[in-house]
Amino acid sequence: MENLNLILPEISLFLGICLALMVGVFFKNSFSIVMKLSIIILLGVIYLILTDWGGQEKLFLESFKNDKFSDYFKVLILISSIFIFFSSDQFIKDKKLSKFEYPIIIMFSILGMFFMLSANDLILFYLGLELQSLALYVLAAFDRDNVISSEAGIKYFVLSALSSGLLLYGCSLLYGFTGSTNFDEISISLVAQNTGAIFAMVFILVGLAFKVSAVPFHMWTPDVYEGAPTSITNFFAIVPKAVGLGVIIRFMDLPFKNILEEWQTIIIFISIASMILGSVAAIGQKNIKRLLAYSSISHMGYALAGVATGTASGYSSTIVYITIYIIMNMGAFACLYLMKVEERYTEEIADLSGLSKEKPILALSFLILFFSLAGIPPLGGFFAKFFVFMSVIESELYALAIIGLLTTVISAFYYLKVIKIIYFDDNKIKFDDVRNVRVKATILISCLILSLFFISPSIINSLLDGLFI
Amino acid sequence: MNFPILSTIIFLPFLGAAFIFLSNQKNENKSAIYISLFTSFANLFLTFFLWYSFDKSLTGFQFIEEKNWISGLIKFKLGIDGISILFIILTAFITPICIISCINSVKKRLDEFLIAILILETFILGVFCSLDLIIFYLFFEAGLIPMFLIIGIWGGPRKIYSAYKFFLFTLLGSVLMLAAIIFIYWSMGTTDYTEIYKLKIPQNYQYLLWLAFFSSFAVKTPMWPVHTWLPDAHVEAPTAGSVILAAILLKMAGYGFLRFSLGMFPIASEYFTPLIFTLSIIAIIYTSLVALMQEDMKKLIAYSSVAHMGFVTLGIFTFNKQGIEGSIFQMISHGIISAALFLCVGVLYDRTSSRMIKTFGGIVNYLPNFSLIFIIFVLGALGLPGTTGFIGEFLVLLGAFKINYLVAILASTGVVLCAAYMLWMAKRVVFGKTNNSIISKLKDINYLEGSVLILLCLVSLVFGFYPEPLLNTMDVSVNGIIENHQNESVVNLIYKN
Repeated sequence: MENLNLILPEISLFLGICLALMVGVFFKNSFSIVMKLSIIILLGVIYLILTDWGGQEKLFLESFKNDKFSDYFKVLILISSIFIFFSSDQFIKDKKLSKFEYPIIIMFSILGMFFMLSANDLILFYLGLELQSLALYVLAAFDRDNVISSEAGIKYFVLSALSSGLLLYGCSLLYGFTGSTNFDEISISLVAQNTGAIFAMVFILVGLAFKVSAVPFHMWTPDVYEGAPTSITNFFAIVPKAVGLGVIIRFMDLPFKNILEEWQTIIIFISIASMILGSVAAIGQKNIKRLLAYSSISHMGYALAGVATGTASGYSSTIVYITIYIIMNMGAFACLYLMKVEERYTEEIADLSGLSKEKPILALSFLILFFSLAGIPPLGGFFAKFFVFMSVIESELYALAIIGLLTTVISAFYYLKVIKIIYFDDNKIKFDDVRNVRVKATILISCLILSLFFISPSIINSLLDGLFI
Repeated sequence: MNFPILSTIIFLPFLGAAFIFLSNQKNENKSAIYISLFTSFANLFLTFFLWYSFDKSLTGFQFIEEKNWISGLIKFKLGIDGISILFIILTAFITPICIISCINSVKKRLDEFLIAILILETFILGVFCSLDLIIFYLFFEAGLIPMFLIIGIWGGPRKIYSAYKFFLFTLLGSVLMLAAIIFIYWSMGTTDYTEIYKLKIPQNYQYLLWLAFFSSFAVKTPMWPVHTWLPDAHVEAPTAGSVILAAILLKMAGYGFLRFSLGMFPIASEYFTPLIFTLSIIAIIYTSLVALMQEDMKKLIAYSSVAHMGFVTLGIFTFNKQGIEGSIFQMISHGIISAALFLCVGVLYDRTSSRMIKTFGGIVNYLPNFSLIFIIFVLGALGLPGTTGFIGEFLVLLGAFKINYLVAILASTGVVLCAAYMLWMAKRVVFGKTNNSIISKLKDINYLEGSVLILLCLVSLVFGFYPEPLLNTMDVSVNGIIENHQNESVVNLIYKN
């Protein structure tokens, strides 16, 4: 008999979802209750994970693996989901999307992500991926009466299904050429001479690159970001990205461990392309969600630069990067919930003009968040980039480092543009006074973390100690 | 000493800024002014105390503070020597002057302006105190944010263009330096300046690393041909912004050359001396010629700043005592005199809303006190004996003559050109006929403006006649730099043979 205690978080999350579903079905107007219940469920799951923090066990014929790496990512996505629920409550109600399915679908996708992160076997991994993707398709089209949102959902579905297909094809090739679906066994038999398996690696990498919207598989990102309701974009920008990167690290660290030279070139290319396209294409954007979409593409480029090193310090720098990226985006999207003109949410960057006179505190938050996204010291975003480039230069990938550093200058340009509009231009539009303590608390927390990060920049690194050997 | 005096000096202005931020909810401008004046003066006294307790006879760094920062990798290390203390005093001295000058001239959002100035002071002091390359980079870059806002919010009509130019130029230069710093970390195992100074960076690495640091410092100095952000930024920045920019921000790069380029890469510094000399000479002559043609007084002073910084870089790379001491002296002197000149232009601008030379003429008849002070600073800028400007330029030229006659002679023409554009400007503004009816209605400087300008004037004259206290403070540290450089070149010579 397997020790089921080890997948207690997953089991309880699933039971929690079922409970929430029941509550949603049997109570009328149950959105608020389900929302609160979901936050409680997620907090409970965090507690369960923390009680078993850092243990390492394999279950179910070694197809499920619980270790510090997956625990860290799980806690990360749980905390960010809690913040998304916490801050988007009012927004969802204002948009008249307050259906109880909203938290439930998100929790289903989280369940899928849990299996992706803990998978030690191709089949379990693919099942988790599909569970996650199905939930995400629904989410992208959640505002179903809105043409743009439906279009975003369809677009995401078609492209994502294609990439899942490629990934599945890669998985089957990998099984064919190595004779196993288990990560540990694949890593032993997968060597550079195994040309067929290297093809498989490429297919799997393409599928995963799609999930983190790295160039050249980024096409869906701006449209989905723009089309989906802001709170769902918030989720899209943070959680699946973190998981995608986590899974990429897991694949590179385990099954593809012995073919570093083969995949390194691909990741370097993807990373450089994302950094350049993300920074150049964002310059012309007028919609702040599209801007954040391109910014997230370039951020994925930096995060992948850490993966490209193929070293333990590189992997942990990527994890630090994604953690700070989550904090920054959490704050930036929370700011969008406050961009309200005459009871309507606006997304135009031009509407922000002269915000600093009208709402100095919100303007200051934008300032901190955007300078941090641009990676200017002494804010948190700088240290994220710093650790990545530390490990990139340690691995002597100088070209990657120089290109990465130069693109930060290009990307600084469009972050500055937003700050310029907020601080230097005259105000035209009067924003509503939004009294939403939860959103403000979210912004405050993320701004405080980012601006005080310099006091102890290695705090995340110390959490990750001993993650990779 | 156990009391962390350097950290106190660095973070005191930041604390003041935080207080203003918390108090500005009620929109009381008065309290913001008092808080900022209090913190900046307290800081000035602390730095004087620091100067007093600083032991001038010791080589190496004093008041060292060390704290674990990034676990196992980098330490938060501060410390000062005879060179950095002068810049710290300059910074602490100029900041209260800026704050006083902006009380009347900054019309909108004074609280935020004071916050930006105080935060900028924190970052600048951090640059001069840091003994770790990463900490240095952190402070060096962080100064961009407040400066971007100062130019962009309170600047003139073309403010956005110049704010962008300033930000992107300097960021571009600095990211290469970041790459170099990280590379140094991996090849040397540390970013602690004192350790690297002892360990010596291998010669074959030095050249590229030197170029990376150069790319950052050259933009900030600014050297020709990447100086173009400076005139734009100056013209569009408010008076206090220009003062900080000219008096302190530009010095960060000079300090960087002196401390990091010379200290860590002596062989590469020697190798690239011709490059620096060429660029410096071009800067001195070319920007002086450009300054002749300017019609905007602020732009003229901005171009003269580029020329003066040309002298500074020239002096630093002569590698002899006169040259280096001269360039440090020139930086201090330029900090005082250009600050004063910008304040003078600010005085005129507050009264007429014009900085154009042609607006003025014959103001000596209506603003006699102002004109007297203005002329003193003009003469100081062109290096009249008896002002600090003379000693700096004289020592630099002396150092240059020891090395290379041609360079020295070409640089000397810069002195003549400087006299030409400065005096011509003074002639058109202060003397001559008054064509503009507004001029006759102007009031002379008030007590506040007068006391600030007279204070600067006194400082310039006192150190012009008696430079000993400054030279004395830097003497031992400069000798250290030169010794290090000579040892290295001897090693280099043996290595080559």
